[in-house]
Amino acid sequence: MPNMSLKKVKMREQAPDIRNGNFNEVALGYTAEEAVEEAARCLQCKNRPCTVGCPVSVKIPEFISKIAAGEFDKAIDIIKETNSLPAVCGRVCPQESQCEALCVRGRKGEPVAIGRLERFAADRSMEKPAAERNTAPKNGIKVGIIGAGPAGLTCAGDLAMMGYDVTIFEALHVAGGVLVYGIPEFRLPKEIVRREIDNLKILGVKIECNFIVGKTMTIDELFENGYQALFIGSGAGLPKFMGIKGENLNGVYSANEFLTRINLMNAYREEYDTPIKDFTRVAVVGGGNVAMDAARCAKRIGAKEVYIVYRRGMDEMPARREEIHHAQEEGIIFRLLSNPVEILGTEDGWVRGMRCVEMELGEPDQSGRRRPVPKAGGEFEMEVDGVIMALGTSPNPLISSTTEGLRINRHGCVEVDDKTMMTSRPGVFAGGDAVTGAATVILAMGAGKKAAVAMDQYIKAKNKQS
Amino acid sequence: MYRIVEKRVLNPEVKLMKIEAPLVAAKAKPGQFIIFRVDNVGERIPLTIADTDPERGLVTVIFQEVGASTMKLGSLNEGDFIADFAGPLGTASHLDGLKKVCVIGGGLGCAIAYPQAKHLHRSGADVDIIAGFRTKELVILEDEMRENSSRLYVMTDDGSYGEKGLVTAKLGELLESGEKYDAVIAIGPLVMMKFVSLATKPYGIKTIVSMNPIMVDGTGMCGGCRVTVGGEMKFACVDGPDFDGHLVDFDEAIRRSAIYRAQEREAAEKHACRLRGGDGNA
Repeated sequence: MPNMSLKKVKMREQAPDIRNGNFNEVALGYTAEEAVEEAARCLQCKNRPCTVGCPVSVKIPEFISKIAAGEFDKAIDIIKETNSLPAVCGRVCPQESQCEALCVRGRKGEPVAIGRLERFAADRSMEKPAAERNTAPKNGIKVGIIGAGPAGLTCAGDLAMMGYDVTIFEALHVAGGVLVYGIPEFRLPKEIVRREIDNLKILGVKIECNFIVGKTMTIDELFENGYQALFIGSGAGLPKFMGIKGENLNGVYSANEFLTRINLMNAYREEYDTPIKDFTRVAVVGGGNVAMDAARCAKRIGAKEVYIVYRRGMDEMPARREEIHHAQEEGIIFRLLSNPVEILGTEDGWVRGMRCVEMELGEPDQSGRRRPVPKAGGEFEMEVDGVIMALGTSPNPLISSTTEGLRINRHGCVEVDDKTMMTSRPGVFAGGDAVTGAATVILAMGAGKKAAVAMDQYIKAKNKQS
Repeated sequence: MYRIVEKRVLNPEVKLMKIEAPLVAAKAKPGQFIIFRVDNVGERIPLTIADTDPERGLVTVIFQEVGASTMKLGSLNEGDFIADFAGPLGTASHLDGLKKVCVIGGGLGCAIAYPQAKHLHRSGADVDIIAGFRTKELVILEDEMRENSSRLYVMTDDGSYGEKGLVTAKLGELLESGEKYDAVIAIGPLVMMKFVSLATKPYGIKTIVSMNPIMVDGTGMCGGCRVTVGGEMKFACVDGPDFDGHLVDFDEAIRRSAIYRAQEREAAEKHACRLRGGDGNA
């Protein structure tokens, strides 16, 4: 008998006024009993609408039925058939616009908590040592993956399972990409990322850190070293600034720098050497998930007041509802329909405030959202000593500028064939944010997966010819 | 892990290390830099490459112990390993076609000016070097610079060695006496580079400076290293570190270099204390 409750089984969380003073995970996960109870809400629909919404096609009803039956090991095996980073996806996927958006239970009441169940199964399996998985016999063919973020890690895992000799080249000193430098500990504990990466190493994937493709070696030099195919998953790492006066004052950060200092370099922990500025009042400019992450981090390192300054309204915010909700609970103040026009400095060059203009919403623009236009006479000043620019990012030109014949579009994104994921350079594939511009972890993983299949086909076809 | 193959103390404040990093050694060109991390809790710190030995896979860095990370690095010895060493980063200096050049190094800046002078000298250019130091005991790389130049002028602030005075005084003297340079390359403290650029401007001499701002990743990701050049925002890590000295906003760069000064001082004191084995009250 399914559980007909209209609501999801609640997941325990740290209380807002406690958690905004620490970096521990906010959401605490389901117990076995809670997971079984929630799993029983799944109706096991024959036409499986939820699976259509998943970029990596997780067999959702199947794994949920195993949780309902208490067979947790089998549940995670089913997930891992198509998803190599389930503990990550269970936490950071926007399920509300993917699998859960299509859940039949969501028509009346809340959908099944697919994300929480995925997280439960993944966390549960991590309590035990990782077992060697069934993989194809090793074929000795070298393939290279550029960037150890979600796209690259997924592509690497799938190719390793097919038997390839896979090496990942990572520019930073640890693997994980945005999962380690961008998404904060309280949303995605780094220990979880480390364990997912350890699982890839068990599959035989090699990871070369401190290796900047385009600088340490070029794409052409990698081919000379015997790689049969390459995948570019270098993400979208370049920060944007507004181009307004005062942006180079001391105390203005890109969200990338601010989050990297905190997440990757552990600036908030006493035993680490990396410094970060002590703010009192901070304005975070932007309305995406990165803006929410930056604001919540600023609060946690001790800022008394943290503002989100966004030029459109709440409905237009690109951040996940859950992230906005968490930020509000933690005391982040939202200054909507406000656009910075100048950052004000002290005589010796430190931020002392920000001048903004009030906005109102006009006609819809290309994105379908109503375009914000400045209101006459709507200027106001905010007193802040820190400003964090979270305006989005674009792909890094380090690879495209050193690879002849690699076509990019006017946004700096690598162009690929939609079906094969191959770039204008034969044997060079690409996916994730490097191709789409900044998007989600799961879309990057989906692209990495698709590219792995295409790379396998490409190598097989090439070797047949010769 | 990257092995320290050789360590030399150049003066009481400055050390030289040759680090085993074959991939970096094979690719590095004058003007490029690396990022190192001593250990797993260390910062990512940029250092300009002073020299390479591709055959032995060695990269030479020369550094001053100014903060916790460089103090930690300086406390290591030959045979020890550091956690990370990534590069070569940044755009190489454009030195082609220069026939007569004045290379100016200020203090530690000589460590970076030297490879540029060497490259130019070996490719047949007429190279004058002006090397400035605070005092005699801080003079570094004198023989190396002399070997790789037509003329070497050593200057000290207190006159304890070479000529007394600032590098800009010597530069002014040379320019006034009618020396014609295709370019002036100035590497050293921001204030020195600022005044060298001001001195060359009336003569219209192309002036190249090397910026070394605060950065995290060194690949264009953090934007912490932004400098204003000709009114435009540039990232020193990818667009530089070399820029046209006549276009750089030095006052802004000087201000930005001080962002973490208070924290750095605190960290350095804590570290010095740990090195001495003190309990913080020493």
